[in-house]
Amino acid sequence: MGLLTGKTLLVTGVLMDSSIAFHVARLAQDEGATVILTSFGRTMKITTAIAKRLPQTPPVVELDVSNQEHLDTLAGRLGEHTDRLDGVLHSIGFAPQGAFTFLEGSWADVSTAVHVSAYSLKALAVAALPLMGAGGSIVGLTFDARYAWPVYDWMGVAKAAFEATNRYCARDLGPKGVRCNLVAAGPIRTTAAKSIPGFETFERVWGDRAPLGWDVHDAEPAARACVALLSDWFPATTGEIVHVDGGVHAMGQ
Amino acid sequence: MAQSTQEILAGLAEIVNEETGLDPASVELDKSFTDDLDIDSLSMMTIVVNAEDKFGVSIPDDEVKNLKTVRDAVDFIASAQG
Repeated sequence: MGLLTGKTLLVTGVLMDSSIAFHVARLAQDEGATVILTSFGRTMKITTAIAKRLPQTPPVVELDVSNQEHLDTLAGRLGEHTDRLDGVLHSIGFAPQGAFTFLEGSWADVSTAVHVSAYSLKALAVAALPLMGAGGSIVGLTFDARYAWPVYDWMGVAKAAFEATNRYCARDLGPKGVRCNLVAAGPIRTTAAKSIPGFETFERVWGDRAPLGWDVHDAEPAARACVALLSDWFPATTGEIVHVDGGVHAMGQ
Repeated sequence: MAQSTQEILAGLAEIVNEETGLDPASVELDKSFTDDLDIDSLSMMTIVVNAEDKFGVSIPDDEVKNLKTVRDAVDFIASAQG
């Protein structure tokens, strides 16, 4: 029996087969889960094509987390595929290019980054909640926001808000039996990462600083942690951030 | 199985047509994806994913930026098919 046998998961953020979310969906299916993907706008076509590369081709439901109508109708539209959700993966982040220059970042750019990358965790949780019951699990992906990183700039601030949002979701969803946790992955060379100007500056130092070493091409360690948190094996863990970074978070300079 | 340049070009033109609505006949070897065919990065990603499935090859993300013309893409696919 797999870790997720009998569970139905909503997985956001599958764009390419390099996406962390793709590997979460793949491993979740291998562990017995039924998976439903989300995508939106013009990326729907890419997600739909990439979905065919999973062990079982899942349905793709449209969801733009900054679109209130999409959020309000999500549970109803998911009803075509399932009558309940046991888990949700939040793998969503976006910041306009201007947000990656800290001192010049405009509020318009920063507010977009915070809306799509942080507030969306609460928005997605509320949208999915009508289908979730006790034992449900929401898992998101962050990049350790305790530090000021090179080039990450306002996206780092948005991730700090995201991590705080995780704690408040844990507080308010806990009484309903729903857990909310994050995985803080080291840098992985996904399409999203490559859209960050200068992202390779992270990659160079990570392998040297990680006691376990680090492979920027390998999304599986982060995906495994997501699958574990979506399973029943962390029943009393919520509001947590699990670091999957080769150990970098624990090291001094 | 390796396909001829003309077969790959015809298949690629079909994919470009599905994504952009461009006349397949306008997808010529010396056309630039961005400058001549006005294909943006998101459409290019869609085209690459569909080309991988259609031609049974893998086009690494790092390679996509080198595919500036239709000929670049056709040559890459032909060589990947071996």
